[in-house]
Amino acid sequence: MQEFRQLSTSGLLGYGFPEASLAAGMARKPHMIGVDGGSTDPGPYYLGSGKCVNSRMSMKRDLRLMLHAALEHRVPMVIGSCGGAGGEPHLQAVAGIVREIAREEGLHFRLATVHAEQDKAWVKQELAAGRIKALRNVPELDNATVDRATRIVGMMGPEPIMHALDEGAEVILAGRSSDPAPWAACATRAQFPPAPAWYAGKMLECGATAALPKGHDCLLTTVDRDSVVLEAMNPIRICTPFSVANHSLHENASPCLHIEPGGLLDTSDCRFEAENDRAVRVSGMQWTQQPYTVKLEGAELVGYRAITICGTRDPMLIGIIDDFLASVRLNVATKAADFGVTPDQYNLVIRTYGAHGVMADWEPVKKTQSHELGFVVEVVAPTQELANAVLSIARVQMLHVDFPGRLCKEGNMAFPYSPSDIETAPAYRFSVFHTVEIDDPCAPFPIEYENL
Amino acid sequence: MPRIADIAKACKSKNAGPFEVTIDVVFDELAMYERVRATGVLGPALFAKLYNVRAEDVIFTEYPAGRAFKATIPRRVAAGDIGDTDVYGAQQHAPLLEVEIPI
Repeated sequence: MQEFRQLSTSGLLGYGFPEASLAAGMARKPHMIGVDGGSTDPGPYYLGSGKCVNSRMSMKRDLRLMLHAALEHRVPMVIGSCGGAGGEPHLQAVAGIVREIAREEGLHFRLATVHAEQDKAWVKQELAAGRIKALRNVPELDNATVDRATRIVGMMGPEPIMHALDEGAEVILAGRSSDPAPWAACATRAQFPPAPAWYAGKMLECGATAALPKGHDCLLTTVDRDSVVLEAMNPIRICTPFSVANHSLHENASPCLHIEPGGLLDTSDCRFEAENDRAVRVSGMQWTQQPYTVKLEGAELVGYRAITICGTRDPMLIGIIDDFLASVRLNVATKAADFGVTPDQYNLVIRTYGAHGVMADWEPVKKTQSHELGFVVEVVAPTQELANAVLSIARVQMLHVDFPGRLCKEGNMAFPYSPSDIETAPAYRFSVFHTVEIDDPCAPFPIEYENL
Repeated sequence: MPRIADIAKACKSKNAGPFEVTIDVVFDELAMYERVRATGVLGPALFAKLYNVRAEDVIFTEYPAGRAFKATIPRRVAAGDIGDTDVYGAQQHAPLLEVEIPI
């Protein structure tokens, strides 16, 4: 085989893509199609709660079109990090949609689901063996943190996907995966070298984001022995050497050094050349094999959250807002203590939009010029009842606490909603963000097969 | 003296994982990138000062292929943890806009 063509439909399963772009991509006879399904970017809630980041309706729309395209052209379809966080409930949610589509549309194929959720006992065993390391700016892992985690996933490399292809899978749904893994798997399995295979995957995982204008759309890459050609399938988008080079900045700590399971992709010496007026050829990427590591991601429950939203248009209050909020905090502590809740039992966060709601301590503008300020008042506590009770007190203090020079004696705040107090979801934090060195890249990722 | 807001094509921030935020300043032309680079204003010390982090914690990359400068710094608070203000890290670029470049 001289070249290997791969299609990505968009940046995330459920983001949508134009049907015409998929058709244009399939006309180029790709050897596989895929899409990345996940990210840590929407925050820890999704990993912790087991909820998918995109809706069932939007994922089903994308999956139906992709399944038809893959099966009609007899090429594998691979989806990484199913459902967002790639844990077991996320994987099963996507697998459930795929089975439903197969049933509704009379489609038949061999489905592989690759599991990525990790057993805590195994994580603790690897920790004891000294094979787990913290990533930058993350504390060292300990057994208590492992025990507290609601869910821990491992981020697979290409090998489990390659194994599923060897076993005849036509549709592969993978739990948490390195973003490029679906494409790196198919290209390396077809005997193409890892450097262009991984590079193609790095670009494909974001769909047509490497093109101009950016958008959720289809990208085709063609890998040969030492280069990758990128082309957007929608005629309104073009890849330029600049747009492709710049895409390496996206969500990476370095634009040049990309640590992946089993190696380092180094793009420092890449050359970006226009192949024609729509496509770009990239060459000069390097792959260095390294000890095989898998990233572990875990989330733990922090508590239950309730919020209220309000704003002030009162210039006297805006002038002394820091003192006012300090009074509110003091009053909340006193009032909550009256019903038996001490400050160590809850977190009270008051966000001041119009002053430093976006940047907090990083905000260089210290004195607001705004004629109105908005507040999100938030309480996180061990139970929803407790969070609601403290938030209710905080809302009353925001409305009624007196301050020097007060003219707005009926109330300090405008509340846009009734009810004003909103129970949000349970709150989680990322608690595990570590790597584990392993011997067998497939071992932590068991595969199930079913013939639909 | 022009500010970054006056001469950059893009000035943006985003998470690089939940524990770091990465900030990019991108220029249209290689010539402008080179002129800015020659001033030495964009470097770890600038980001350390603007974001109150230690210079040794700034991962700074000059990236001529993308006519870009990139700095990756530890987040104030991990994405989505209590007290975080910006889960995606997409609105932490503004202090750079006002930085003056003596070109």
